Amino acid sequence: MHPVTTTHYLALSAALLIIGTVGVLTRRNIVIILMSIELILNAVNINLVAFSHALQNMSGQIFALFVIADAVAEAAVGLGILIALFRNKETVLADEVDLLKW
Amino acid sequence: MLNTVLFYAFAALVLGGAILTITRRNAVHSAISLIVSLLGVAGLYLLQQAEFLFAVQIVLYIGGIMVLFLFVIMLVNLDQAARERQFNRQWPVGLAAAGLAGAQLGWFLIKGRDSFRIAETGMPGASAGEGNTELIADVLFREYLLPFEIVSVLLLVAVVGSVVMAKRRI
Repeated sequence: MHPVTTTHYLALSAALLIIGTVGVLTRRNIVIILMSIELILNAVNINLVAFSHALQNMSGQIFALFVIADAVAEAAVGLGILIALFRNKETVLADEVDLLKW
Repeated sequence: MLNTVLFYAFAALVLGGAILTITRRNAVHSAISLIVSLLGVAGLYLLQQAEFLFAVQIVLYIGGIMVLFLFVIMLVNLDQAARERQFNRQWPVGLAAAGLAGAQLGWFLIKGRDSFRIAETGMPGASAGEGNTELIADVLFREYLLPFEIVSVLLLVAVVGSVVMAKRRI
């Protein structure tokens, strides 16, 4: 078995990023779209920590912490918007929210 | 050797959980798969000697964000949505675009594989008896103090914003 290198982590991170992107682009349920965004942010964090480990520099882990803080803010605001939307439109499907469409 | 086995185990956990997250019909099942995926990511942090991030991942992501998600799933009525079509009409285009982006990333990884071969040793200070948390605190409060304070303002704005969004009448 080959030893695990930085490239392994980068490949895993890329795969996770693509899975998250597919979730954002194809799902209709807004809750699951928000979960896919969490997957994308986690892919970024794996990348940052892998380079932090390889370069022996703590800045990558600090940035991962900031990304986690952003993810918390994003989830709180996103779910607040979802609740407001559900109260007004009685739907959680992204393509039924078409008030601004012609 | 053990590192390699653990890496592949956690990677399988991460990717399997992620794929289940975006394919399940029931949002609660998706949330539970996402928890499995996030646990795998936490294990990867531990493999890379990022112990503080491991703890933050468990406490904040799995304990905080996922509970928030589950609360909202209980709060809004998802039964109607679970019975309907799960993927939007543009899904072939989305899948193709994501596949293209994935092919690009894979191409870059294969082309640049050699430039990622950097000396793989332990974290700095690990031999000097300084823990990961102490190292993070040193860097965070010396070099990144201003961004840290700005993040606190951002979190305040997010808290106020989500209350304004979710409240019926202010």
